[in-house]
Amino acid sequence: MIPGSQWPRPTDPLIQKRAGMSDTHAYDHTPEAEFGDFVALLKPRVMSLVVFTAFVGLWVAPVPMHPFLVFCSVLFIALGGGASGALNMWYDADIDAVMNRTRGRPIPSGRVTGGEALGLGLGLTVIAVMMLGLTANWFAAGFLAFTIFFYAVIYTMWLKRWTPQNIVIGGAAGAFPPMIGWACATGGISVESFLMFALIFFWTPPHFWALALFMKEDYHKAGVPMLTVTHGRAVTRRHIFGYTLVLAPFALWLGLTSVGGPIYLAVALVLNVLFIRGGWQIMRRSEETAIADNYAVERRVFKLSLYYLFLHFLALMVQHWVGAW
Amino acid sequence: MVMQQFQTEHELHRRRRSRNVGLGLVLAAFVALVFALTVVKVRQGDLMEAFDHQPRTSIVPQDEASE
Repeated sequence: MIPGSQWPRPTDPLIQKRAGMSDTHAYDHTPEAEFGDFVALLKPRVMSLVVFTAFVGLWVAPVPMHPFLVFCSVLFIALGGGASGALNMWYDADIDAVMNRTRGRPIPSGRVTGGEALGLGLGLTVIAVMMLGLTANWFAAGFLAFTIFFYAVIYTMWLKRWTPQNIVIGGAAGAFPPMIGWACATGGISVESFLMFALIFFWTPPHFWALALFMKEDYHKAGVPMLTVTHGRAVTRRHIFGYTLVLAPFALWLGLTSVGGPIYLAVALVLNVLFIRGGWQIMRRSEETAIADNYAVERRVFKLSLYYLFLHFLALMVQHWVGAW
Repeated sequence: MVMQQFQTEHELHRRRRSRNVGLGLVLAAFVALVFALTVVKVRQGDLMEAFDHQPRTSIVPQDEASE
């Protein structure tokens, strides 16, 4: 059975006929998709991260590009990210219907069918990859196609429901955009683009696990093996601290490459000290203490993690503007 | 009273119009984007060749081309 196909839109004439509904009944009680529902399938909030990091990857690359080609490249990378979001929503419609946070999404709420989401995802994949190839180069386009495949197939269809390390390995999909941006300008990869990848890759686990500690979603009922459920919250706390330690050297190493400089290094040093300190505090807390103050530290570290990534990439932009090493 | 009900736009029509207008704007933007992209590419002197039943100058060896 195709996932998502169990969510037929109630406005389907056959369903109305079976339910004995007149047109009036159907129109009064059934939702129908508006344009915004199809936009919601593309996960616009995730796209904003893709747009920003891909743009920075392009901006700091040593090969200049025409501004309009930069705009188009970032647009098609974002469109590819949106396509993988639609494919993710198509496959995960059964999980989304169980969890409170995702129950209102277009497919589980019945406004969009699984088939429509699948068609949109595949169609946008083809358009985004082809157009990026024509705009920038075919290496970057192939990289984008691989990223969509990684997120939709490796992460969504395989890892997410199989291993508690789903967030760790699946985080690679979110970490590829700056590498694709860099590849658009240079036609290849380098140590700088790999380190931008590593920065997001190792940032993802502490970011999501900090969220998972205070957003107690029913992953167990949804059949998703989150670390908080499979190994417990104490193990998750230790993992958060461990990843902040692994992350720091990569963040600082980026500052020593051709895209780095004193501004970036200063920002990275301060942010990594704060992030490691936050991870340490999370690890040292017991669950009882956290419940008592409504996960104040976990919420603070999660908020810090948002600033952490944004400020690192912003510092790269500023450093490039004033002049790197 | 009855006339007023006919004149009032139904939610369903609003949603359909939203889809139609949205898709129309996306298509128009895409056409404009491809046009602008073509202009930029051609002005940059990027290699853009289609098959036109003639030898492609870019793949003819340099020596042969100069003869």
